[in-house]
Amino acid sequence: MIVEASDLRRDFVVRRKAGRLRRTRDVVAAVDGISFSIGAGECVGYIGANGAGKSTTIKMLTGILVPTSGTVRVCGLDPVRQRTSLARRIGVVFGQRSQLWWDLPLRESFRLLAAIHRLPALQWRDRLDECVALLETGPFLETPVRQLSLGQRMRGEVTAALLHSPELLVLDEPTIGLDLLSKERLRAFLARERRERGTTILLTTHDLPDIERLCDRILVVDHGRMAFDGTLPGLIERVGAERVLIIDLMEPEPALFDVPGTTLLQVEAGGLRQHLAFRPEQTTAAEVVAAVSARVALRDLAVTEPDIEDVVRRLYQP
Amino acid sequence: MPLIAVRPAAVLAGSGFRRWSAYRQAAIAGIFVNTVFGVIKLSILLGVADSAGGRVGGYDEVGLSTYAWMSQALIAVVVLFSWTELADRVRTGDIAVDLARPVDLQLAWLAADIGRAAWALLSRGVVPILFGAAAFGFRVPRDPTAWLLLPVAVTLAVAVSFACRFLVNLSAFWIIEVRGPVTFYVLVSGLLGGHLIPVQLFPEWMQVLAYATPFPSMVQSPIDLVTGQAAGSEALLLVTVQLGWAVLLLGLGRLVLRRATRRLVVQGG
Repeated sequence: MIVEASDLRRDFVVRRKAGRLRRTRDVVAAVDGISFSIGAGECVGYIGANGAGKSTTIKMLTGILVPTSGTVRVCGLDPVRQRTSLARRIGVVFGQRSQLWWDLPLRESFRLLAAIHRLPALQWRDRLDECVALLETGPFLETPVRQLSLGQRMRGEVTAALLHSPELLVLDEPTIGLDLLSKERLRAFLARERRERGTTILLTTHDLPDIERLCDRILVVDHGRMAFDGTLPGLIERVGAERVLIIDLMEPEPALFDVPGTTLLQVEAGGLRQHLAFRPEQTTAAEVVAAVSARVALRDLAVTEPDIEDVVRRLYQP
Repeated sequence: MPLIAVRPAAVLAGSGFRRWSAYRQAAIAGIFVNTVFGVIKLSILLGVADSAGGRVGGYDEVGLSTYAWMSQALIAVVVLFSWTELADRVRTGDIAVDLARPVDLQLAWLAADIGRAAWALLSRGVVPILFGAAAFGFRVPRDPTAWLLLPVAVTLAVAVSFACRFLVNLSAFWIIEVRGPVTFYVLVSGLLGGHLIPVQLFPEWMQVLAYATPFPSMVQSPIDLVTGQAAGSEALLLVTVQLGWAVLLLGLGRLVLRRATRRLVVQGG
């Protein structure tokens, strides 16, 4: 097992003003007794709403936050006590923080990190060349980090986290703020990293395609507790998340309330636009479209996916 | 395994040097300001010496000029102004990134600070001294031990200064906003360290007070080696005291850091 957490808990003390001088002291459990384990080579998506306890868990896994109670072992080490040894074996990307040297050219950050990790020159140069080729960071290697765009910087961050070939890569919202192309390039790179090197990946995200593309397992945390541990189709099935087909018709038509496998959600513009919900495990978009076009003349259509926030919300409001 | 190996330390020192040398215009502005204030400081000191009959606190005119330009040269080297880089990283939570590295946090920052100081010495250190020496005179030590001890004394001054700043910045783990402690530190260290006026010009009681603090080890000690206020065994004693402060304060910094990381709360994201 790469990660083993058992009954992990972290409290924070929140002080509030309660009158002129008086202050109340509340204890809030950001992570409230979480247990899970991650095997070598897995790619796990760790999801949950803002404030659910994702980042707190990650900080405990990386040894920068002391658990209030419970045990955690990463790569067989105690993260807090053996933080420095652990840092040699894991790579971390905090999406909203930078591990690069702001004032120096990007290449310098890699040289510095290689020295900090005491990597032999031959080893890290090859690794860097590989990352540079795949993430296309070559054109801005000599640019000071402060001048990089977010997408460029994030590719630099991922390279920095992987330079020492870690066993476990932890990504805290790696695609946050990136455009579609940059997201896709990063996902393809991470998928390849896992395939070729067997790197275990744990990532937090709010982005469903990140999960679909990369993860074969998801953990859902809510209010500090583990709410779901399984596959994405399993989660969608459990909460009954629906995809919605939106169709625009050539002529206004009566409401299509009896298309097999669907539920009519909404009719707009006197029947010109209709919303049909269907469950992916019961039928496919293609079947629904075929059934609809057999009856009416279609002009345009769109399929909307359940988003992750929606799926998670449904987990609690059945 | 050592706390920090030689190569990472050297590379981190190099990063400190290059990070700061990236801002040439800031260095030029700093050199200009340090030089202008050097002229002002020296004028006041010469006025004091003149009204006292030519000598004051054991300094003659060339001695005062040497003091003035050395103390101006050391401003940037031992950072006598506000430094909150570490506290800022604690406040913003970026300290998490530093803690996720396989390197001793304090020694990594010390190595980078020595690199920074090296750049400061070559730019904001050397230029005001050259200007001051040409315009007002400068006494180069004749004692060879002074020459031998000077690089050690300047390095230890940087180490003591770093250890102090590190401690002041660590207060951010408890109080988040460190402007108060930093301002207090800048005021006290500049005064008691002998940056504003030489410690020898203080009244007796204040000299005792000053030498009970690490601050003269940051400023006055290297200057005393150059001006010859301390020579021979006295010079050796100064450097030994510096070493003592460096070890003591760095050790204290480690203790406080250990407690700080136990209570660390990295907020948001």
